[in-house]
Amino acid sequence: MGKSLFLSLDGTDLAVGAAVAANFAEAFDVIVLTSTVNDSFGAEKVMATGWASLPPAAAYAGELAKLATGYARVFAVSAMWSKDLLPRAAGVADAACVTDVLSIESDTRFTRPMYAGAIVATVEVSAPQTWFTFRPVGFPAVSDAGASVPTETVAIQVDDSAVRNIGTRAKEGGRPDLSAAKVVVSGGRPLKDAASFERVIGGLADALGGAVGATRAAVDAGIAANELQVGQTGKIVAPDLYIAAGISGSTQHMAGIKDSKLIVAINTDGDAPIFSIADLGLVGDLYEVLPVLERELKKA
Amino acid sequence: MKIVVPIKRVLDPYAKVKPGSDGMSIDSGGAKSEINPFDEIALEEAVRLREKVGAVEIIVVAIGPAESEEQLRKALAMGADKAVLIETTTSPDSRAVALELESFVREQNPDLVLMGKQATDDDSNQVGQILAARLGWPQATFASEVTPGSGSLTVIRETDTGTETLQIQLPAVVTADLRLNEPRYIALPGIIKARSKPLEKRAPATALQSFVTVTGFTAPPARKAGKRVANVEELIAELKAAGSI
Ligand SMILES: Cc1cc2nc3c(=O)[nH]c(=O)nc-3n(C[C@H](O)[C@H](O)[C@H](O)COP(=O)(O)OP(=O)(O)OC[C@H]3O[C@@H](n4cnc5c(N)ncnc54)[C@H](O)[C@@H]3O)c2cc1C
Ligand SMILES: Nc1ncnc2c1ncn2[C@@H]1O[C@H](COP(=O)(O)O)[C@@H](O)[C@H]1O
Repeated sequence: MGKSLFLSLDGTDLAVGAAVAANFAEAFDVIVLTSTVNDSFGAEKVMATGWASLPPAAAYAGELAKLATGYARVFAVSAMWSKDLLPRAAGVADAACVTDVLSIESDTRFTRPMYAGAIVATVEVSAPQTWFTFRPVGFPAVSDAGASVPTETVAIQVDDSAVRNIGTRAKEGGRPDLSAAKVVVSGGRPLKDAASFERVIGGLADALGGAVGATRAAVDAGIAANELQVGQTGKIVAPDLYIAAGISGSTQHMAGIKDSKLIVAINTDGDAPIFSIADLGLVGDLYEVLPVLERELKKA
Repeated sequence: MKIVVPIKRVLDPYAKVKPGSDGMSIDSGGAKSEINPFDEIALEEAVRLREKVGAVEIIVVAIGPAESEEQLRKALAMGADKAVLIETTTSPDSRAVALELESFVREQNPDLVLMGKQATDDDSNQVGQILAARLGWPQATFASEVTPGSGSLTVIRETDTGTETLQIQLPAVVTADLRLNEPRYIALPGIIKARSKPLEKRAPATALQSFVTVTGFTAPPARKAGKRVANVEELIAELKAAGSI
């Protein structure tokens, strides 16, 4: 019972936020943190902070918690920004906090993954207020954009006296966002260096209009950027097509790709565990297979 | 400088686990337990800070069953000065753990709490943030580089789109991501020396009351292995047939 509050990073997640809100009987409001929106997707009230970028969580989580007083629950898409922020705000509010909700069984009962996705746990929450992050895959976005609404400005005070952002490195644009992409091409340890990773994995991704992903081994070796890591401790993806090239299929990596519609594996080792979950498997050298695939796709 | 490093005993992250037949337990096939990998990284970073700035006292603390002593001994061997085991047989949620740690931190009064970003069993990723909120301290989560300054730290942290650099005033809470460092190999002299280091056992100071309770475990929907194709041409034909390209 009680109203919900959806925290949207930039408005692009509003349709899926509305899908989550639909699991609860009462109305929901939205705070858009770094942008503004036109459509309401059924929200009663849409608020925007007017920020161009996110301040450090510690600089405003307390103010956010105050603003959320009276809401039965506050939620956001699972991402690094939300996992930084929501538990902190819940800590201030002394509310319950649940991360990575997969499904909503009732107002107080959720499921969430544990042990790198090997287990699905059912959890029961008993607290006056609950903050949670959710995995979008379980909540098909609502298609009704709702009425266009005027956004109210909401002033959230930022106190960065104890923590300041003194520099940001963001990935270069051009490719679709990994978490939202319809196609993801990922590479693993056998890629020799950053240049061959970009040429072979990036080349195929571009031919498919897709995003690039990587295993932890590839990121640790310095051949792929950290924000490309897919898996238990990286990004969770659920594209229509996931191509895994030179990836063994560790539990930790598979935790991040299991909800993909079609998984293709290309690996020289026919016994690699990745083949146990791949819909299409090709035993072969990625250096030979991927360029041919890229060429054929460009022809078509 | 004084650093508290919380340590959680977890099942070996490489173990194959599945729900127990009662749906209320975890079947680990008899796998052994370890220090949560992220906590090991946090501890390594504390030891490296000592190597950089000199006088650093490192206190490790675990909330858990008596067997957690094993992980604390290993932490002492890695370079911690003192260990505290807060014994409980219950499985408190992240909030309850954070409240207990809050009480411990208030007693110890450190300059820094360095901990893992998540435990590999519950994959919850919350305790550091809740603890920082309760203490009213700044936080830098998902750290991949920590540089000490005077009364402050410069932390590079991983974000959804890249990295950001935070300057944070001490006292603070920092949570470690995988790329912060690679924990050292423990040499024999360290193990021997650890036997004589202090390890205190005590009862929890708080009620360890959970707001979030696990009521059951199930297996996720299984994916089956599909088809093997012989070459790129077949692969393309299959992808076309599936409507993927
Ligand atoms: C706490 C923790 C968290 C982790 N989180 C993550 C995570 O989020 N994401 C993640 O990915 N990993 C994670 N890992 C690491 C994970 O356990 C594996 O080590 C990692 O996924 C392996 O990466 P890989 O498949 O690239 O490398 P490898 O396991 O070394 O596999 C490389 C594969 O490439 C094949 N190969 C070699 N040459 C070729 C070629 N020319 N053509 C085609 N195939 C070839 C090999 O047969 C092999 O199967 C985590 C580990 C821990 C402990
Ligand atoms: N029982 C525990 N004892 C000590 N530290 C813990 C415990 N549980 C969690 N932590 C710490 O909190 C971090 C995040 O855990 P979690 O929020 O449960 O994913 C871990 O990496 C540990 O540093």
